[in-house]
Amino acid sequence: MLSLNELWFILVAVLFIGFFFLEGFDYGVGMATAFIGRTDTERRVLINSIGPFWDANEVWLLTAGGAMFAAFPNWYATMFSGFYLPLVFVLLALIGRGVAFEFRGKVDSSGWRKTWDVVIFAGSLLPPLLLGVAFASILKGLPIDKNMHMHAGFFDVVNVYTLIGGITVTLLCLVHGLLFATLRTTGDLQARARNLAHKLLFPLAAAFIVFGTMTFVMTDVFKVHGVLLTIVTIAGACAFILSGAFMKLKKDGWAFGMTGAMIALSIASVFIGLFPRVMISSLGHAFDLTIHNASSGAYSLKVMTIAALTLLPFVLAYQLWSYFVFHRRVHEKEHLEY
Amino acid sequence: MDSVMLGRIQFASTTIFHFIFVPISIGLALLIAIMESMYVVKGNEQYKQMAKFWGKLFLINFAVGVVTGILQEFQFGMNWSEYSRFVGDVFGAPLAVEALLAFFMESTFIGLWIFGWERLSKRVHLASIWLVAIGTMLSAFWILAANSFMQRPVGFEVHNGRAQMTDFFALITNGQLLLEFPHTVLAAYMTGAFLVTGISAYKLLRKQDVSFFKKSFQVAIIVGLISSIGVALIGHGQAQFLVKTQPMKMAASEGLWENSGDPAPWTVIASIDPEKQENKAELKIPYLLSFLSYSKFSGEVKGMKELQAEYEVKYGQGDYIPPVRTTFWSFRVMVGSGAALIVLALYGTYLMARGRLESPNKWFMRFMVFAISLPIIANSAGWIMTEIGRQPWTVFGLMTTEAGISPNVSPGEVLFSLITFSAIYTILGVLLVFLFVRVIKKGPNETVTAQVHSLDPFDMDKEGGYHVVS
Repeated sequence: MLSLNELWFILVAVLFIGFFFLEGFDYGVGMATAFIGRTDTERRVLINSIGPFWDANEVWLLTAGGAMFAAFPNWYATMFSGFYLPLVFVLLALIGRGVAFEFRGKVDSSGWRKTWDVVIFAGSLLPPLLLGVAFASILKGLPIDKNMHMHAGFFDVVNVYTLIGGITVTLLCLVHGLLFATLRTTGDLQARARNLAHKLLFPLAAAFIVFGTMTFVMTDVFKVHGVLLTIVTIAGACAFILSGAFMKLKKDGWAFGMTGAMIALSIASVFIGLFPRVMISSLGHAFDLTIHNASSGAYSLKVMTIAALTLLPFVLAYQLWSYFVFHRRVHEKEHLEY
Repeated sequence: MDSVMLGRIQFASTTIFHFIFVPISIGLALLIAIMESMYVVKGNEQYKQMAKFWGKLFLINFAVGVVTGILQEFQFGMNWSEYSRFVGDVFGAPLAVEALLAFFMESTFIGLWIFGWERLSKRVHLASIWLVAIGTMLSAFWILAANSFMQRPVGFEVHNGRAQMTDFFALITNGQLLLEFPHTVLAAYMTGAFLVTGISAYKLLRKQDVSFFKKSFQVAIIVGLISSIGVALIGHGQAQFLVKTQPMKMAASEGLWENSGDPAPWTVIASIDPEKQENKAELKIPYLLSFLSYSKFSGEVKGMKELQAEYEVKYGQGDYIPPVRTTFWSFRVMVGSGAALIVLALYGTYLMARGRLESPNKWFMRFMVFAISLPIIANSAGWIMTEIGRQPWTVFGLMTTEAGISPNVSPGEVLFSLITFSAIYTILGVLLVFLFVRVIKKGPNETVTAQVHSLDPFDMDKEGGYHVVS
């Protein structure tokens, strides 16, 4: 039987998977505005393609944070205070990007719009990059002392391994976003999105292979969960090959599904590698934060379990419904809200 | 400056800024939901136009509220990690429920509302804005449940140096919450209402879109009247609750050093000297503090000196008196603004009932424009009183603010984030005002001149076109 601590570890993982799957594509679309949006109207179409969704997608991150706070207060406290400066930049990016979507279309001036385009690009690039760096550094281990305080220097967080982790996540989101764009745009823009996604497969594969190899060598996760991680890696590789094949066949929906699967498997593998730890200490495994020493009491977890299992089905249902409502492609000639 | 001071400045500044926009969002969401309901029920296009026009301001405001809210959730862990460890078990649960129940609902249905005018049926579209309005209210409930725990901790036990939840039901039926929630939400409705009446007054003074803004004024002034009176009534209940649960805050908000004596007079204004622990000059109204505290014209209220002595016995050596001047004056600013708003709402309703909104009293209407700021000032002052008055505690009686700080974050890091967030928030504030002014100047009919019909038959608007290609 699953303990509540294990269940909440899985739920936090699911929330992060949901976040990277959903917000991943809107980060990707945000970045793609700079690469495939040649005119103001094309960039508007791209922004409007994620218009009804991005805010709700971001709530997955907030919910993941809230779930960590409630179920594993020590994890939340150690991680958020430990990654102080990276999170400042994530917040700046999220603040800028959020208002940019809303403000950009409100004034008809090219200077105004170009400024917001820069904010949208940077605001969509920084979060996956920095969160990728942060998750990679968690896998590698961070200086966490006996009081669960993390005192990380710059190079504990930013180094070759974590940067490659960040780049992998960013590229993955970009490809995922480009494929989402193929589903909600038409004509030239759609073709450009598909082409770029296809071209990026090679660098993405390279990033995956380098990051995977370094993870194998530099972290203990394959030693701890070798069998499971190998299965996930093979599944991920299959999804990768299939996504390339579907792109060639112009089966965009399937290709998008495959990059989604890659995101889900990548994030899952981080959590599998950590389990039952939530933060690895580089100062000795006695100082690791685990699902036991970082968690709330049994009563709190029980209450939270009831709340989450009651509410999540509704959330999933109406979110899915909103995607159904806006399943049509965005046209240049229609009224664009953003 | 040390991390604690910097962290406090950061929490205060970001929270006050965030809470300028939150009440406007809560209030406008309700007003827009009412307007759109009238459109759906009466079929009058003008109500649809109203929902759309006020919706524009709502969305600009909502965006700023949302992005500044993300920071709020992160900030507990980033700056106050020891606080988060200590209370996460109790405090985290309402935050998580807030995200699951309210944030998802708001964000999904706001997307449906913005982009769904032509894709959803009238009724489903209407349901969307109601769900947004309900979502903002639920969000308020859960975050206030968390805050109420800090004011009056209930439903927990301390184990291994951490507060652990033992009774979730107690947490959400906390007496503090049952008063704080309606008080805050009604204040938010009042804020939205006075924003709408203020902007409408501005337009009515200029004789622009008179029938449109008259209708808007009418809807809003009724909401403003009900909510401003409601806020005051519940506020009275809160004072009585405060005397029982946080007497020190009550004494500080009254500048009461010595016990009041029975019956207790209410100090209108005073020159407070916290060093010498005395007031130099005071203006008092007899009996009134007894009435505020106990709803009767007798009864003594304890002063800060006696409470300090009691707390020293209970909690050990320490200074348990909050910053008295701030607590005292913020309370008066809140009450004064609230009283002014009731008067304005009454007179506005009277004008409406007499059908005199088209040829209004110019000075009254000008004052209504200024009155946009009053609820915002009252909201901030109320929170400053609540939070400053709780000091030195972060969780009353359990944890001091000082003890909650992240020990692994340097003052330099906090200073850096304080400066960058302040800068970005200033820019946001300026942009918001700029966009608000543009939308207001353009008025509700800006789209009519720019109307172009969609060329895509699938996107044809059945209502007669609201498509703009730009």
